[in-house]
Amino acid sequence: MAEIAWALGKILFMLVFVFTVLVVMIWGERKGSAFIQDRIGPNRASIGGVIRLGGLVHPVADVLKLLFKEDLVPGAVNRFFYTMAPFVVMVIALVTFAVLPFGDAIYLGDKVIPLRIADLDVGILYLLAITSLSVYGIVLAGWASNNKYTFLGGIRSTAQMISYEINMGLAVLALLLVYGSTRVDAMVVEQGQLLFGFLPRWGVFLQPLGFVLFLTSVFAETNRTPFDLAEGESELVSGYNIEYSSMKFALFFMAEYASMIVAAGFISSLYFGGWQVPWLDTITLREHAGTFLGVSLWVGAVFNLLFAALLWKRYRRERGLLGDRRELEPLVLGIVFFILALVCLGAVVIASPWNLGEQGAAHFATVVQVLSFILKTLFFSWLFIWVRWTLPRFRYDQLMKLGWQLMLPLGLLNFFVTAAVVLLAR
Amino acid sequence: MNVYVPILLVVGIAVGFSLLFVVLSRVLGPRNETPGKLTTYECGVPPRGGIQLRFFVRFYVVALLFLLFDLETAFLVPWAVTYRSFVELGQGAQLFLAMTGFFILLVVGLIYEWKKGALEWE
Repeated sequence: MAEIAWALGKILFMLVFVFTVLVVMIWGERKGSAFIQDRIGPNRASIGGVIRLGGLVHPVADVLKLLFKEDLVPGAVNRFFYTMAPFVVMVIALVTFAVLPFGDAIYLGDKVIPLRIADLDVGILYLLAITSLSVYGIVLAGWASNNKYTFLGGIRSTAQMISYEINMGLAVLALLLVYGSTRVDAMVVEQGQLLFGFLPRWGVFLQPLGFVLFLTSVFAETNRTPFDLAEGESELVSGYNIEYSSMKFALFFMAEYASMIVAAGFISSLYFGGWQVPWLDTITLREHAGTFLGVSLWVGAVFNLLFAALLWKRYRRERGLLGDRRELEPLVLGIVFFILALVCLGAVVIASPWNLGEQGAAHFATVVQVLSFILKTLFFSWLFIWVRWTLPRFRYDQLMKLGWQLMLPLGLLNFFVTAAVVLLAR
Repeated sequence: MNVYVPILLVVGIAVGFSLLFVVLSRVLGPRNETPGKLTTYECGVPPRGGIQLRFFVRFYVVALLFLLFDLETAFLVPWAVTYRSFVELGQGAQLFLAMTGFFILLVVGLIYEWKKGALEWE
């Protein structure tokens, strides 16, 4: 029973993590595109007319709006598969997370709870298997909608996803040669060492070409620009999800982002050390846990005070400009930051964290490592947005040419050269 | 506990989560169906014909190629997993030669497909 409870706890962490990052990512998509295109971006939605958080309230407002929209099922659709498709997409996006190690383990006395939902031996092969299933959701949606645009979007997306799946498989094969294990957690553990004594032994340094191939395939697998031909607004209106409305559309939308977040997690785990903090292994982290905690609390206090001061200054400067309650926002946020600063200071003074004890040090190391994983995943989530608003869309023949005539030979070459190097470097 | 139980739990929770959303929108959203809304979307003009479109034959070729290459990568997986342990035992060279044979077949197949124009999208 305890195991089930722990599993549920980890699943809860996954849901909270994925859906929080999802909200931040939708905000980042709109605000980031605005930043890249030199606009202001969304900033209107507010809580109580006061808190706007620079547009961060907008994604929440979007979800609420979609909840109150009519859930229309067009007459010509195949009802069963039409209803099933968004569920399939959503489930597959979340289920991929199961083999992703988001931290080392929680040590409770002699009990060790590994921080991954499912402890599978097949590990990375599970990732390949599930990503190939994700074709089904889109094909079902495209076909069951009984609409020409959705059908073409579905067909296109299938051909694209299966083409790039081979390249993804080849990149992963080369990783198997390097790490000699299919377990994602074993791969992450190996990435904690140092290469030549100064570089973290990350996959990206061992497999630079493999990383580029994997990254490109992931973009194609998640149907993301520059490979978003399944949507292709200029040709197919919006592709496979045209006939969907209300929350069913929102499920497609959320699943797209959720799969991007999980993909970002896999990129960071396979090629960027996952939960490993570069140059700081678990033992060092534990030995100096008290020092690290003390320093980070002091830094936190200083920065929170700084933010509070800046927001107070802004409140004083902008008072009377807008003439309504929106002016109060810097004041409210400034108070929040001030309280946070006080909490940090209080923790430094009262709890004396310079001496954590063995158990506390272990927990501290775990927390820092989970934070490291979250930071890396956030960065790669941002990469998806960054690329989308920087690169134009491919043409379909270019997409196929890139996949089959450039990436496939490169993937084979990478695999072969890796095998040779592993043999010679013994 | 079986290691696949947590995955089943994730599936169950994900389905429940999605179902909750969809049911909520059914309950909260208005219901106002008109014949115009129920027609298939085709940029505002009345829809013509079904989706029994003729589509590009290349899509079938891609599917066939995918089956071939996916099988080939699947064949390479067990080899790749055991390779490093064999290298550490000093038997890597034999294994490498065996793989090279398979690899040459694979590359010859790829070249043949390329020359036949199966990888072109014209």
